[in-house]
Amino acid sequence: MRLSASDLACVRSGREVFAGLGFSVAAGEALVVLGRNGAGKSSLLRMIAGLVRVAAGQLALDGGDPELTLPEQAHYVGHQDAIKPALTVQENLEFWAQYLAGPAPAETAPVAALEAFALSHLAGLPAAYLSAGQKRRLSLARIVAVKRPVWLLDEPTSALDARAQERLSQLMQAHLAGGGIILAATHAPIGLTGAKELRLGEPV
Amino acid sequence: MSGLAALLRRDLRLAVRLGGGAPMGVLFFLIVVTLVPFALGPDLALLRRIGPAILWLGALLASLLALDRLFAADHEDGSLDLILMSSVSLELAVAAKALAHWITTGLPLVIAVPVLALFLGIEPWTMGAVALTLLVGTPALTFIGTVGAALAVTLRRGGLILAILVLPLTIPVLIFGVAAASSASVGPVPFGAPFTILCGLTLISLVIGPFAAAAALRHGLE
Repeated sequence: MRLSASDLACVRSGREVFAGLGFSVAAGEALVVLGRNGAGKSSLLRMIAGLVRVAAGQLALDGGDPELTLPEQAHYVGHQDAIKPALTVQENLEFWAQYLAGPAPAETAPVAALEAFALSHLAGLPAAYLSAGQKRRLSLARIVAVKRPVWLLDEPTSALDARAQERLSQLMQAHLAGGGIILAATHAPIGLTGAKELRLGEPV
Repeated sequence: MSGLAALLRRDLRLAVRLGGGAPMGVLFFLIVVTLVPFALGPDLALLRRIGPAILWLGALLASLLALDRLFAADHEDGSLDLILMSSVSLELAVAAKALAHWITTGLPLVIAVPVLALFLGIEPWTMGAVALTLLVGTPALTFIGTVGAALAVTLRRGGLILAILVLPLTIPVLIFGVAAASSASVGPVPFGAPFTILCGLTLISLVIGPFAAAAALRHGLE
C-alpha cells in the first residue's frame, strides 16, 4: 500500500495555500507534516480526507481496497472532536464504531478502545463532563475501534497528558507495524521515531 | 444498514435528551393556533371554515422551528466530516437524519391535532381529515426542509435563511394538504383527488430531498 501525491495544490476561498506539493508514504511509514501556522497542514490532511477539494494534482492510495475511496479508508482526527455532549462516552464511541465500520463491526472493539485510552471507568458518563484531554482521548479511541489503514492526525497530542501521549505513541507504532500509514500535522514531537518529514512552505 | 440504524438511533436519543424538539414544536403549534381566535374574534362559523388551514399553517411553521440545527450541530462539532468519510452514502444518511427529525418534531404535531382542533370548533370528521393529511404531508415539509438546512449549514444565522428558502417550496404541499383537509367540511372538491396529489408530493420530496441536501452539503463544506 502506498499513499502518494504529486503536484498537489490547495486553494481556500481564492487564496493559494500551497502548490506543487508531492510526497509518497508506503505501508508502515509515517509522515510528519511540519510548517508554521497557516502553511496548510490542516488543509492537506482535510484534502486527503476528502473534505477539501483538490485544486490541482493527483492524490492516490495504491494497493488499498479497490471498493472503497481514499476517505473511506482513512481516519481523520481534527480540531473538532465529533463528540455529542448529551451522549455518554460509550454511546459516542459505539455510534462512530458502528457508523464508520460498515456492514460488520466487531462487537468488542469499542470496549477495547476505551480501555486503550483509560476511559473505561468513564463509559457511563455524559461526554459533556469530560475534560479537553479526555475528549481528545475519546476521539482517538474512535480510530482504534475501527480499523482503517490511513490515519490523518491533526495535532493529535494537544491537551493530552504525558501518559496518554505515551499510549498514543505506542498505538501509532503498533499501527505502523501492522502495515498502516500515518500522516500527522504537529508542532511538537509526537514520538514517531524514524518518520519522514514534509515541510510546507511559507504562506503566499 | 447498521450504520444508518446507528445514526437514526443517535439522532432520536439526542432529540430526547436535549429536549427542545417535540415539546417546543407542539407548544409553538399550540400558541399559533390559540392566537388565531384572538385575532379573528369568536366567530365559530368562520373558525370552523378556516380551521384546517390554520392547523396546516401552524404545523408548517412549527415543523421548520428546529430544522436549522439538523446539520448545523453536526457541522459545528466535526461529526459531519466523519459522516462524509463513511462508506454509508451521504444521501441515505441525510434521509435517516430527516426521518429522525420527523419522528421527533413532525409526528408529535400530528398527535396534537385532535386537541387543537377542539379550540377551533372543528367537527370530528374534519379533524380526522386534518390529522391524516398532516400525517402524510409533514414528511414532505421535513424533507423539503432538509435541503434548506443543508444549504444554510455553514451560515451563522441559518434559521432565518432556512425559512425564507424553504417556505416558498412548501406552497404546493400546503395547497393540496389544506384542500384535502377542508374538503370534508366546506370544500367543493372531494377528499380523494387532493389527498392523492399530496401523497405524490410527499413521495417526490422523499426522493429529491436527500439527493439535493447531500449535494448541498458536499458543495457547502469546501
